[in-house]
Amino acid sequence: MDLTLTPKHRALREEVDAFIAAHRGAAPRPGGGRKRPDRKALDWQALLLEHGYFARTIPREYGGFGAPHDVIELAIIADAFSRAGISPGIHNQGISMLVPTLLEVGTEEQKRRWIGPTIRGETIWCQGYSEPGSGSDLAAAQTRAVVEDGHFVINGQKIWTSSAHFADMMFLLCRTEPDKSKHAGLSYLLLPMSAPGIEVRPLRTMTGRAEFNETFFTDVRVPVDQIVMGRGDGWHVANVTLKYERMLLGDPNKLQQRLEAIRRMMEQPGADGARLLDRAEWRDRLLRLQGEVIAARNHNMRLLTETAEGVDSGLGRFIVKYHGTMLAHRLASLALDVMGSTGLLYEPQGEVAEDDPATTWQIDYMYDIGLIIGGGSSNIQKNIIGERGLGLPREPKAAVPAGRN
Amino acid sequence: MRFGLTEDQGLFGRSLRGFLADRLPLDALRRLAETGTGFDAELWRGLGELGLHGLLVPEEHGGAGLGMLDAALAAEALGYHAAPAPFAAALVMAVQAFRSAGDAEQQRQWLPRIAQGQARIGLGFAGLAGQTGRAALRLEGGRLSGALDGLMDGGEATHFLAYLPDGRAALIEAGAPGVTATLRRSVDRTRALVDLDLAGAAPVALLQSSNDPLAAARRVRDAGRVMLAADTLGAAQNMLDRAVAYAKERVQFGRVIGSFQGVKYMCADMATMLEPCRAMVWYAAYAQDAVPEEAAMVAAHAKAHLAEVGREVARLATEVHGGMGFTDLLGLHHQFKRITFDRQVLGGPERCRHDAAVAQGWVAA
Ligand SMILES: Cc1cc2nc3c(=O)[nH]c(=O)nc-3n(C[C@H](O)[C@H](O)[C@H](O)COP(=O)(O)OP(=O)(O)OC[C@H]3O[C@@H](n4cnc5c(N)ncnc54)[C@H](O)[C@@H]3O)c2cc1C
Repeated sequence: MDLTLTPKHRALREEVDAFIAAHRGAAPRPGGGRKRPDRKALDWQALLLEHGYFARTIPREYGGFGAPHDVIELAIIADAFSRAGISPGIHNQGISMLVPTLLEVGTEEQKRRWIGPTIRGETIWCQGYSEPGSGSDLAAAQTRAVVEDGHFVINGQKIWTSSAHFADMMFLLCRTEPDKSKHAGLSYLLLPMSAPGIEVRPLRTMTGRAEFNETFFTDVRVPVDQIVMGRGDGWHVANVTLKYERMLLGDPNKLQQRLEAIRRMMEQPGADGARLLDRAEWRDRLLRLQGEVIAARNHNMRLLTETAEGVDSGLGRFIVKYHGTMLAHRLASLALDVMGSTGLLYEPQGEVAEDDPATTWQIDYMYDIGLIIGGGSSNIQKNIIGERGLGLPREPKAAVPAGRN
Repeated sequence: MRFGLTEDQGLFGRSLRGFLADRLPLDALRRLAETGTGFDAELWRGLGELGLHGLLVPEEHGGAGLGMLDAALAAEALGYHAAPAPFAAALVMAVQAFRSAGDAEQQRQWLPRIAQGQARIGLGFAGLAGQTGRAALRLEGGRLSGALDGLMDGGEATHFLAYLPDGRAALIEAGAPGVTATLRRSVDRTRALVDLDLAGAAPVALLQSSNDPLAAARRVRDAGRVMLAADTLGAAQNMLDRAVAYAKERVQFGRVIGSFQGVKYMCADMATMLEPCRAMVWYAAYAQDAVPEEAAMVAAHAKAHLAEVGREVARLATEVHGGMGFTDLLGLHHQFKRITFDRQVLGGPERCRHDAAVAQGWVAA
């Protein structure tokens, strides 16, 4: 364990603070970002990429900053942005899930083609995993693709596809080898949402907006080389993506941002002139959460170090999604309580305009429950923690065999 | 000694629930929730025919003269079905306000109008119950000025009853000169909040006949808290019932998900948290009429405890539904948001627990 800051680290910290001071006016509001990035967000992203505050360790030839991996540098940057309450850049399914997947298992051609536009926020991806009959049981996916004259021809239906209504591309899990066993019959394809035969039907969520969709495929054609790894490797690739998705959903920097935002609210005097931070019971709620966020951030540093050293963290990694999403839920819960009845006001704007703070917190509070479910529900995480992390025996199989393969 | 409902009370709760189930199928609820005013004339009329308007109004003033426990059963049913209807403030707190601080003439004039469904009174309690928002009203020369945020049952209200910091309450007409009422749609689209800006408005009545106005105001607050607790009880029960039904139907991994211990335990946890809440709400309601020395304490605890349990049940029941729970498709979120709303109005759990300590003389106010 050596966390001494080198002169280089100290210089970086000053540099980031100076950057934030100089540019904070150009930053879009953090959080609530489940829309297509607007001009402001894209310009901010470009600025962050240019300075190496985003995609810092992604090689230059793929559009990143190309810095060597240094967890302390990453922590310094994340910390500066969350302390200042400034957007750390875009985090979406393409950037946080597909890009690391391609870096891990994609071909050279795929990395060169997709990573640059994705991290710049220009190419938006959606995730075609869940189907009406297969959510937790993801490997039971029935959407199928057959090969015909150099193309996969896709038919079927996906559901809960976040962002599909504005995405440019999809990474799709589908069945290409129907005669193989459940897990061995899947492939992971990349396809443009503009392909003929794709129909996207928005689904309204509890927030009142349509953040996700049903996606229907009728004879959708995709060139056979638009596959990550090979035919039948889909389950493996899907799980690589899920690994990154679960890290994203448990992101401690987001938690830290929230904690800071709540602290700022609690410092403001209320209608009666008193500050909640001065009341022991409120302060204690905040401090408990702060303790948990510190633990999550330290844990994240440990995981980043292990990743950089090529160690698979196993259990340490399996707990991140469940832990982080529950903590996020409790942070949003505190935010709602701090705002009290004035925080109940709710007028979500359309796709472009920014929401007011109360509406944003209410959306976060609801969305957090969505994220407790999405990306593998808490129960599925607990099964993974128990079975893969702790080596407990699996649940006995049902007496009645599954209807599907 | 008997801790339970009478046959009549059981019947009343069932018939109200039956009526609401009939009137508020999901598509109807979705349509009514669109406006966000928390009011629908037809539903209001129907509830009146069932005797809801005059539930607490004494018989001499044209009501049914029932008690707080009966009102809590009604609140529970309204919460269960997420009914967009004024109740806690308009039909419970307002009646309590007149009875505890109105003079005989005011009662004779206003209680029958409430019982007939003609006076729908939105009620603002902000400062006295620990609600956030503006709470600065002044009464000078018989005129009311200032601002009061977050009035309950204020959408389509005919009148507003605004509490002053000293515990007196001024009744003003919704459209009177000097009254600006801004309707705020809340996250719970079945109930709105109203922000009042007053510039020299003339009250039509001033409720000041109690010799301890603050104590009278607290009784009104406590009645409201019990109603919100009962509302959460109903909404949470609805979410639990639906989670259990869904867990018996939905198949994953070739099994009904309710057969996974993980899901069974979630349902069992919800039931274990919620089941004692029913008796707690009954007692808190009963105490408002029959155990005055405990009324404030148990009202505060019921409000706070139901808020905590409600939040857990709201999350867990949504989780049991998977992605389906997060959508608008099943409409589960109407109850979810009802619970969100109940928690913040008339003081959140921290404030309510503080009030419980005060009520027991553990600390000064
Ligand atoms: C906000 C949000 C965004 C989403 N975005 C996307 C997206 O972009 N792309 C995409 O493909 N999908 C997306 N999803 C779908 C998500 O991945 C699924 O909802 C999730 O995997 C659960 O599947 P399900 O909805 O079918 O629920 P089910 O699998 O039916 O689960 C219902 C309940 O049963 C429990 N359960 C199931 N199996 C077991 C078991 N073996 N042991 C114990 N409990 C079990 C679950 O924990 C859950 O509580 C999103 C979902 C949400 C809520």
